[in-house]
Parts: sequence; structure tokens; C-alpha cells
Amino acid sequence: MTSVLPVEPEAAAWDLPSRRRAGMVGLIIAEAALLGVFVVAYLFYLGKSLQGPYPKDVLEIPVLNTLCLLASSVTVARAVRALRQEDQRWAGVWFAVTILLGVAFLVGTAQEWYRLIVAHGLTISTNLFGTTFYALVGFHAFHVTMGLVMLTLLAVFTWLGELRSTHAEQAELVSWYWHFVDAVWIVVLTVVYIIGR
Amino acid sequence: MDAISDTLDRPPDEVQEQLPRLALLHEWVVTVDHKRLGILYICTGLIFLLIAGVEASLIRFQLIVPENTLLSPQVFNRLFTMHGTTMVFFAGIPILFGFANYLVPLMIGARDLAFPRLNAFGFWLTLFGGLLLYFSYLAGDGLYGAGSAPDVGWFAYAPLTGRAFSRGNSTDYWNLAILVSGIGTIATSINLVATMLCMRCRGMTLGRMPLLVWMMLVVAGLTLVALPPLSAAQIMLLLDRFLGAHFFDTQAGGSAVLWQHFFWFFGHPEVYILAIPAFAFASEIIPVFSRKVIFGYPMMVAATVGIGFVSMGVWAHHMFAVGMGRIPDAFFAASTMLIAVPTGVKIFNWLGTIYGGRIRFATPMLFCTAFLFQFLCAGLTGIMLGVVPFDWQLTDSYFVVAHFHFVLVGAILFNIFAAIYYWFPKATGRMLSERLGRWHFWLLVVGFNLTFVTLHIAGILGMPRRIYTYPADRSWDLLNFVATLGVPLQAAAVLVFVINIIISLRRGQPAGDDPWDAWTLEWTTTSPPPPYNFDTLPAVRSRRPLWDLKHPNDPDWLHE
Repeated sequence: MTSVLPVEPEAAAWDLPSRRRAGMVGLIIAEAALLGVFVVAYLFYLGKSLQGPYPKDVLEIPVLNTLCLLASSVTVARAVRALRQEDQRWAGVWFAVTILLGVAFLVGTAQEWYRLIVAHGLTISTNLFGTTFYALVGFHAFHVTMGLVMLTLLAVFTWLGELRSTHAEQAELVSWYWHFVDAVWIVVLTVVYIIGR
Repeated sequence: MDAISDTLDRPPDEVQEQLPRLALLHEWVVTVDHKRLGILYICTGLIFLLIAGVEASLIRFQLIVPENTLLSPQVFNRLFTMHGTTMVFFAGIPILFGFANYLVPLMIGARDLAFPRLNAFGFWLTLFGGLLLYFSYLAGDGLYGAGSAPDVGWFAYAPLTGRAFSRGNSTDYWNLAILVSGIGTIATSINLVATMLCMRCRGMTLGRMPLLVWMMLVVAGLTLVALPPLSAAQIMLLLDRFLGAHFFDTQAGGSAVLWQHFFWFFGHPEVYILAIPAFAFASEIIPVFSRKVIFGYPMMVAATVGIGFVSMGVWAHHMFAVGMGRIPDAFFAASTMLIAVPTGVKIFNWLGTIYGGRIRFATPMLFCTAFLFQFLCAGLTGIMLGVVPFDWQLTDSYFVVAHFHFVLVGAILFNIFAAIYYWFPKATGRMLSERLGRWHFWLLVVGFNLTFVTLHIAGILGMPRRIYTYPADRSWDLLNFVATLGVPLQAAAVLVFVINIIISLRRGQPAGDDPWDAWTLEWTTTSPPPPYNFDTLPAVRSRRPLWDLKHPNDPDWLHE
């Protein structure tokens, strides 16, 4: 009984959104819900630590880190644009710059944590501030790391000449993820370093 | 599994039964086909349903008489924890997502889900999450001693889950099992959303999608926003237990109530994640067996989307007794009343569909009819519990237990059975026996109501949930005895169901492509469908493409 059902004339142009894009948007929504709960927990426990150190004593606004991450959003966009124009050399360069900026961000975070742990004795078990701070910032840094893994794959495939303009959509979706990680950082910066101090 | 796959897996033209068993098993393990994964999901869920059903029976038999010593308090606590956790995460979700897996591509005229390998990944995570949970029976106490299952209740309230009160690793097994399967469920939800938005066949506009697809879209969307918060809270619990963090540690200023908020922010939408697929089955089955088009399709869609949104704002009605204060209590009481409105709209639409129809009481329709009555009761007791003072009186009593079992069994499980009777012919090519189906239905309907109607009264008389025994002077004896009498009836119903499946797989009446004279696209292809679903991708002009095909003189698209 398998049969072709009649086609409607007006449906001749049948165009649906790309499933890859829908998938990435779905992932970003789920990730936003996940990170949102860590933000809520941070705000809920703000100022409720029973003992020090407190945020205002030990936190400094990570200006350099923020600049690195914001700049990396621009460079990853350049990389995707270069890839779309079949300019693999520049795409590779821009991917590499993005990765360097991301690594610089992680190094900055590592330095900050080293200072907090060694100089101020703040660990995840010290007080509620430590608990929520390391959980939120650490979870964001984990997402940066995941983004870097994806970007490194893109960079390697670009250098090998395997990534072409036909893959621009996939590369663009990785850049969406990276922009998302960047946007989350702005939230973290606002909550932890501006409101929370 | 071999017997099932022999029949399930036969493409129409070639005979695959000669495949050696090992090769067949290998095919099922490496499969990325949405139909096979759907069946794997459903079989996994049904096996866990049996296990959790046995746990529930043990709980009931412990309570059959006062001062019973069948089970120790520790074993009792483990049983109700495992029963709840298994039913919600490893029976309910796999069965319902299995149906979504199987049906959505067929109903929208697609050849598979958007990301077939991600789909397999999601299934295996769910299965191994379940195995991890049950591995706790062997290894739950870790290095501290012999194994034991988690005993903190399915919502695992702090501070019970703290290191001080839950030694060993049983709570960690609970935590990790749900975390792992949760990631699988989120992956499958992303997959379903992408499929429904991007893979519809020509002419299948959003306004023409079958209601099941619409409802699964809402379910998948709801899962995307509601399940990750649980994962986040579970990661916090992991940090608390392994790294000495203080999220839920009241000794260091942490809040036990915050866990309740996080848990129920997931937990209440979860009720709808489980219930909306049951609504979806009803919305496909009731029209076909009433021989009428669904009443109020746009209102059904609007009501579903409405339930999706409102369900994210009702979670704290599980927490009226913790002392949140008047304003939160009033807010959540009001939102709980509000969500009854779209739900009531749906009930009226199903009744409107039945009204004036030429009803055929085949087994799927029998289950859906019982669903209508039982779900109405569940909704009415739900509204009662939404009234704050009433909730204060009856919270954590058997009234609550009876209320949510009316939702989970009386509505959801009944419609799962309706769906199995309805789509089994499509998946296997054979009909289930109607005679055994009737035995299954009547045994279940009588047994279920005997158990759970009675437990409402026990709850009103003050019997708290989660007690392992009770003294004889509380006037609960007779009620518990009667409630337990329902257990053998329900067990017999399930036994009849299993026998029906086994017999029908071997000797069931051949189904043909369209045994119910239905109208959605899955019935255009063969039973079982070929791996590629459709020879040529269909194109549709209305919500009932098969009606159009069968009635070229009076097609639906003239009227829609």
C-alpha cells in the first residue's frame, strides 16, 4: 500500500531549517539551563559564608582574561569567514589565534586559583564562597576546555587541508558554541566579580 | 530477545531469520536505526518496569498487616528508593522516549532521526545508567562492607545525602546513575527537537503535524530546560560528597531547602515529561477508535504548549510544608490551579472527540477510556493538594502516594499499554490477542483501583508514606489489607500481558499495513517498516494524509 501521496502545488519549495543548527541550539539551551543553576546557587549563597575569606577581600576583576575571551569570539568568526571563502591558510591562522586566546584565558584562571589557594587559603571546602566560586568558575572553565578541544580539531583538519568551504556550517556551529561560552563568561564576570564583590 | 528480533526485524522482501544468533545480536548492538533503538528503549523500560513492580509488591506485602516483619526497615527504605528511582528514570523515560524514537520519524515522513548515532549513544547511556543503579546492590557500600542499594528516597533530600548520614557509596550510585542516564535523555531530546523541526516531509507544516509529534516536541523541549538543572544539582552533590563542598551542608551554612528547589524544578516538569506522552497516545488512539477527527486540534496544541510553560512554575507545591512563607505559597498554589485549566481543556477535547463517534472498544480504546476516568480523578486530587492548608494536612501521607500513582499508573501506564496494543502490529507485523488484551485490561483496572482508591482513604486517616510498619490501633489495617489484595490482580494482568506478547509474536494474526484503519503516515508503510521507512518520501496536504488517500472524493484538505 506504500504510495506516493499527492504533492501540494504551493509546497513545491519545501525548505526546513538545518538539523545541525537546530541540534546546536538545543545543546546550547540545555547547557544554559545547566550553568544557570550554578549561577542561581552562587547568587543564593552570596554573603552567606560563615567564615572568610570573602569575595571582596580576595577577588580582582580579571581584565586580561576577559579581553582574551572576548577577542577570541572575533577571531573565531574571522576563521569561519575565511573558511567560507576557501581561504584555508587564514582560517588556520585565525583558528590558531583563537586557541591561543582560549589557552591564555585558562592560564589566567589557573594563576588566579593558584593565588587564591596558596596565598589566601581558599579551597572548595573552606566556606560557601569557595564552594560556589570554584564550582561556577570551574564549570565555565571546563566548557572553555571543551570548546578548545573542538577548535583544535578544526585547526588540525584545516592545516591538513581536510576542512573546506563545504564544512563552513559545521565550523560555524563550533563558533556558536564558543560564542555561548563567551556569553556565559560575561554572566559569570557580572555575577562573581562585579555584583558579588 | 532473539524471538522478538526474529519477528521485529524482518524487512518485507528478504528473509533474515537465517542469520546466526550472534550476528543478529551484533546487529542489534551496533544499530543506529530509530525503530530498533525505539524497541530497545521500550524493552529496557519494560524490564525495569517489571523489576520496580516487584519492589512495589514487596512494599505492599510488608504493609499488609500491622507490625509485619517480612522486611527490615533498612530493606524497606532501599525498596521504596529503588522503586521510585527505577520507575521514573528507567521505566517511564525509556518507554516514552522509545515511543517517540519509534514513531516520530514515521509520523513526519522521515527516514530516521536527525542524528542516528547520537540516538544510539543516548540509549546506551540510559541502559548503562540503569545497570549502574542496580550494581549498587553488589557494591553500594564500596570499601566499607557488603553491597546495598541507595536508601535516601527517590528525591534524595539533603541532609540525608550528606557524608555523615549516608556512608558508603550507595547515594553515589543513585547520583551517578541518574546523571549518566540524564545526559542520554538530554541527547535524545536534542535529537528529537532537531528531527521534528528539520526533517518533516513535504507539506508537513507545523499545523499539520500529528498531535503525538506536537506533544513529543513539547516534551523534548521541556526536557532540555528541566533535566539539566537536576544534572547541575547532582554535580553539586558530587562535589559535596567527594570534595567537601558545602552546597547542601547545613553545618557550614548550606541550605537543605535549596536542594528541594533544584530537585523539584526538575521534578515537577518531569511529571509532565512523563504525562504529556500519555496525552499524546490518547490523542492518536481516541480519534481512530471513535472514527472522528480530533476535536479542537489547535486548542490541543495550545494547551500542550501552555502546560509546558506553566509546568516550570509550579515546582514548589511539593514544598508547602517546608515553610516558604505566604507569598511563595500563594504563588505556587495559584500556578497549580492554573495548570489545571489547559489539562481540563484536553479532557474536554477527548470527550468531544468521543461524543457522537462510532466507538470501537478494541483494547487500545479500553485502556484510553480508563485513562480518561482515572486521569480525571488524579487531576481532582491534584487540585485538592494544591490548596495549601489541605496540603499541610495531608502532605507525605498515603493520600499523596495514591494521588501520584493515579497519575503515573492510572493515566501514564494505562496509556503506555494502550500504545503498545495500538502500535505493536506496526512494529512486529502481528496483532496482539484481543481476548488476552481484555483479560489484561480488566485485571489491571480492578487491581489498580482496589489498591489505590483504598490508599486515598488510608492517607486521609493519617497514614504517613514511607513507614515500614504501623501499630494495629490506627484503623489502617483493613485498608492496607484491601490495598494489598489489588497486587496479585495487577501482577496477573502483567503476566497476561507478557503471555500475550510471547504468543502473539509467534502466532499472532498478521496485521497488514493498516489494521486499525488509521490516518497518520506510519500506517502507509509496511508492518514492520523497512529500515528506510518509506520507498519514496511521502508528501501531505492535511493532518490526516491517509484519510485523503482513502477518500479522494472528500479529502480533509478541502476543509482544513
